[in-house]
Amino acid sequence: MPQLDPRIAEALALLPDYLGQHVILSISAVVLGIALGLPLAVASLRSPRLRFVLLATVGLIQTIPSLALLALFYPLLLGLSLVTTAMFGVQFSALGFLPSLIALTLYSMLPIIRNTVTGIMGVDAAIKQAAIGVGMTPLQSLLQVELPLALPTIMAGIRTAAVWVIGTATLSTPVGQTSLGNYIFSGLQTQNWIFVLFGCVAAALLALVVDALLGAIEIALTRRDRRRLVLSGVAFAIVLLASLYPALSEPRGQYVIGSKPFAEQFILAALLQQRLGDVHLSSVERAGLGSNVAFDALAGGDIDAYVDYSGTIWTNYMHRTEYPSREAILTGIADWLQREHGVKMLGPLGFENAYALAMRRDKATALGVKTIEDLARQSANLSIAGDPEFFLRPEWRALQRDYGLAFRANRTLQATFMYRAVADGEVDVISAYSSDGEIAQYDLVTLEDPKHSLPPYDAVLLIAPKRANDMALAEAFRPLLGAITIERMRKANLLLESGAGQKSPQAAARALWDDIAGAQ
Amino acid sequence: MPEKTIAISIRDVSKSYDGNEALAVHDVSLDVREGEFVAIAAESGSGKTTLLKFINRLVEPSGGEIIVSGDNVGAVDPIRLRRSIGYVFQEVGLFPHMTVAENVAITPRLLGWDKGKIDARVVELLELVRMPQETASRFPATLSGGQRQRVGVARALAAGPRIMLMDEPFGAVDAITREGLASDYRTLHERLKLTTILITHDVVEAVLLADRIAVMHGGTILEQGTPRDLLPHPAHDYVRELMAMPRQQADRVGALVTGAPP
Repeated sequence: MPQLDPRIAEALALLPDYLGQHVILSISAVVLGIALGLPLAVASLRSPRLRFVLLATVGLIQTIPSLALLALFYPLLLGLSLVTTAMFGVQFSALGFLPSLIALTLYSMLPIIRNTVTGIMGVDAAIKQAAIGVGMTPLQSLLQVELPLALPTIMAGIRTAAVWVIGTATLSTPVGQTSLGNYIFSGLQTQNWIFVLFGCVAAALLALVVDALLGAIEIALTRRDRRRLVLSGVAFAIVLLASLYPALSEPRGQYVIGSKPFAEQFILAALLQQRLGDVHLSSVERAGLGSNVAFDALAGGDIDAYVDYSGTIWTNYMHRTEYPSREAILTGIADWLQREHGVKMLGPLGFENAYALAMRRDKATALGVKTIEDLARQSANLSIAGDPEFFLRPEWRALQRDYGLAFRANRTLQATFMYRAVADGEVDVISAYSSDGEIAQYDLVTLEDPKHSLPPYDAVLLIAPKRANDMALAEAFRPLLGAITIERMRKANLLLESGAGQKSPQAAARALWDDIAGAQ
Repeated sequence: MPEKTIAISIRDVSKSYDGNEALAVHDVSLDVREGEFVAIAAESGSGKTTLLKFINRLVEPSGGEIIVSGDNVGAVDPIRLRRSIGYVFQEVGLFPHMTVAENVAITPRLLGWDKGKIDARVVELLELVRMPQETASRFPATLSGGQRQRVGVARALAAGPRIMLMDEPFGAVDAITREGLASDYRTLHERLKLTTILITHDVVEAVLLADRIAVMHGGTILEQGTPRDLLPHPAHDYVRELMAMPRQQADRVGALVTGAPP
């Protein structure tokens, strides 16, 4: 048997979980969309004004980009959760399923409502008159004549809604809902195109299968063919159960591990899960959360642990603008996290993922540049490239202010292209992340920052307030503290680089652990 | 001959429509005796369909009243009223998603008859309208225009109404089929002792079928009487013209056949 590409094998291993969650979410959204949309559409038939308002509203919702709509419900629900907690002591998770369900339900309602309205209004006036004429009540006419005759149009709307929802559900990954989108988002971040393709194909196949089955049910209903209806209903149930079975049969994870949307975070989350697995603690992943979403989710107890960076906490969450020493910042954030949010900082992992200015080693030697101060003296003749965010960040302003950096040219490039550009000599300096694997790969040097303009970004392991006294969790993670050196992290990050030897985050995490365990 | 009781009494009914004079009805009165077959003959745009729809409250008149079997229809629950009156629509209006049997069974089902009684009634009705029993399980789309109209009549008769309202029921079929349908219906009218109001734009049909003809024009009834009275002595020019048409047509046909100039 030919050897399967390890990335495909890895993707297949994740399929039961991703597909099951995707199906649960999509089906719930469409069912809810029908349950809300049908009555609304029917109610709107009596009043042209109500119909106008309804169609305009669902039309407007449709114009909101789906990703934004999904992202919108997280803070809304978070606020609502705080209110209900304060008023009724009822707390619910604002992350994952609920915001995704609400957004997708709203999204599914346009085709359902529009087609129901069109379908019922399109029923021949003579037939409607006949229904009243033979002595039907308006409700009997609706149920026995108008709805059955509008059925093909309504079903077409439901099919459209199902296909939209299955496609759009892939975007629920960033708000913490596992879906087939996990392949796409993690694939994009790690340039694992096989993952991206796998996710797209899986979602497309699911949409096609569901559409075909709904089509079969529609034909059976219109022809009132009971045998066909039973057959297509059974086929639908089989597909549903087959995709839900793994999600339903496996016990839910005891712990929830979060990650932000970039390669290193995927490796670290996988590593945390593997550590728990080794001591027989089950866990699930909320992958690729937005930076602030991840922290809020931890503080709110929606996730139990994730890795953040000291500089991010210091500047973004604490809004501090001065940078004392590394140690002072670590102590400062640990105190603040405990005091303000009850979040426990288990400890630093041992490496930094900081902004750093990097140059090719031979060029730095030739120019005699070791520090940013050295660089500033020659910057007028040199060019710099940064990722799309870099030139807008406070770090860049601090560098300009403290060292008087002024380059001949500033270019904005995606991270991958940035490294190639400096390696090829197209630009002289780039803004790198210190833990990027490419620094070793392309033999670059990072320049020292004697004025401490760039904040330290020590990776720190954070634990949710409700798990602060969970000894089993702390013990499972303890071997990682201080054990992940910058070299180890770079090596692991490099495994995710696209190319023939590209590994999945899970495989990279295993390699990283072997590295740590081997040294101990 | 003893005076029969009045089945339907239409008294000074009116209805005006903004901007659509074709549907309007002005102060129309008409009494229909039990067992009588009345044809309302009129061209399109005379308000005749509106008048018919007043009787089972598909349209509510803005003035006047209608008494059916002694009750003012305005005070009767419209749903119950409609289930007790047979109505045959101009466009037939069979439910396309229901079989012939289901279409016929609709009013009995709404009235909550038990299944055995409904099934027996469907067989009886198909027989009555001379439809083959094997058409019971077919859908309306597979029937001819004449067959559909027969099913429409069967559906209207299903719950055993005393009164039948027919809105140009034979308009959509060819002449020969129409002739067969019309005479079959007249037979049913006699057999079931029905009271029928038929609307038609075809004067020949009215003359051949009805006991009495009411001629409507511009939302009012110009004249009414038996075909025998109305044909020779019409009071209005419009009625004379209308009534003369069948005879003129017959003369022209006769002349063409004999070869003599008209």
